[in-house]
Amino acid sequence: MPRRRRAGLTMLLEIDALRGKPGGPFSLRLGAGDCVVISGPSGIGKSLLLRMIADLDENQGRVLLNGTSRDAMTAPQWRRQVMYVAAESGWWADHVHEHMQPIAEAKRLAPRLGLAEALLHAPVAQLSTGERQRLGLIRAIIRAPLVLLLDEPSSALDEESTLRMEALLRELTEAGMGLILVTHNEAQARRLATRRYQMCAGRLEEMSA
Amino acid sequence: MTNVSPPISLSAADLAIGASLVLFSACLSLALSLRLHRALLWAAARMVAQLLLVGFVLRIVFELSNPWVTLLAALLMAAAASFEAGARQEHKLPAPWHYITGGSATMFATLIITVLALVTALRPHPWYNAREALPLTGIILGNVMNAVSLALNSFFTTAHRERAAIEARLALGESRYLALHNIAAHSIRTALIPTINVMSAAGLITMPGIMTGQLLAGMDPVAAAKYQILLMFLIVGGNCLGSFAAVHVAIHRLVDRRDRLRLDRLRNRLG
Repeated sequence: MPRRRRAGLTMLLEIDALRGKPGGPFSLRLGAGDCVVISGPSGIGKSLLLRMIADLDENQGRVLLNGTSRDAMTAPQWRRQVMYVAAESGWWADHVHEHMQPIAEAKRLAPRLGLAEALLHAPVAQLSTGERQRLGLIRAIIRAPLVLLLDEPSSALDEESTLRMEALLRELTEAGMGLILVTHNEAQARRLATRRYQMCAGRLEEMSA
Repeated sequence: MTNVSPPISLSAADLAIGASLVLFSACLSLALSLRLHRALLWAAARMVAQLLLVGFVLRIVFELSNPWVTLLAALLMAAAASFEAGARQEHKLPAPWHYITGGSATMFATLIITVLALVTALRPHPWYNAREALPLTGIILGNVMNAVSLALNSFFTTAHRERAAIEARLALGESRYLALHNIAAHSIRTALIPTINVMSAAGLITMPGIMTGQLLAGMDPVAAAKYQILLMFLIVGGNCLGSFAAVHVAIHRLVDRRDRLRLDRLRNRLG
């Protein structure tokens, strides 16, 4: 995917003193190609932190993408570039393909995650939890965000599908995408992370790799 | 209105015959222990008191024939409608916004439709003449109030239920209008279905209230039908405008300036 470009010294994503419901201040730097993994006990606010970065919940603080403040753009513009994918995806139309745009890209990615192409034309109601989760990820990737915020993306996947998904994510970060990943899967965190943080009591602590 | 025969005047005895039906129903409820008699008698008593009161008040307003008094009466009706438009909602906004949302949509649609009808089709002299203006305001207001109430109830309930789907669209970078489009369209449709049903059934299944009243009061059937047709058009227009406005205001309340879904601004009817 050639649309990404490395920007000299500016970081891809800079988060400064972000505060909101899960506490704070949170600060975080993410370079192009980085994968930051955030772990921590359930209910501590990891999902809320990702939602704040995507500006989906009320928050205060400075967040920059390639040096441009998110206040300088509309919220939809921001979220098209810094995209949050929930653990349980919501679907607004009856069939999978109605959510996929561009559909050609979705057809290319589906087999990569072990999904039959025919599934793209299935009714959403017939999907299994694991299929929904993978299609929810595809739905985001094909819109070509610069940063992906993934909330337990493999919680409903078996070992093989998980590894397929990780291979795809690695390919995307190598092409310059930034990734912030919340996961409870220790092995996955070790496989993907370029940096790791532990979240506890309203703040982030960097973990030695 | 050229061929009006003298209107039927009802005596107290005539009304007593009608009232005996209510008493009979109450007795039936007592005998079969339906436990409806209290509610039934109370509602009947309220209805009699309210209608007689309105009759007397209107008599005074008509005699005064002062535009300010007419306006005051219309405003009181609108305030009551705004209050009722928000009653019985499953999910609603907290106090000031609750009335503002329902009230602004109801009043906006009623005002436009009523003034339009008074200055074009009906043209009483003067155009704000209370005898025409107030009943017309009442009919439009009552219908718009219903449509607004249905639209808001559907909008808030569906938005609450479809939270995951709406947030998925917002997270993918869609605007509030795209993310809420399905729900807004569904709510407006819900609000207009009863109106469309009434229009389709008009005359065949039900005789609309106004036409019935005018026939009983001696008006020519074709003239009464024309009058009813005009009213139906006004009601459809009012309901359409009202539900559009209600959903529009509701979207702006349920989404903040950064296009975040703010279901935290809703209260459950129990909470």
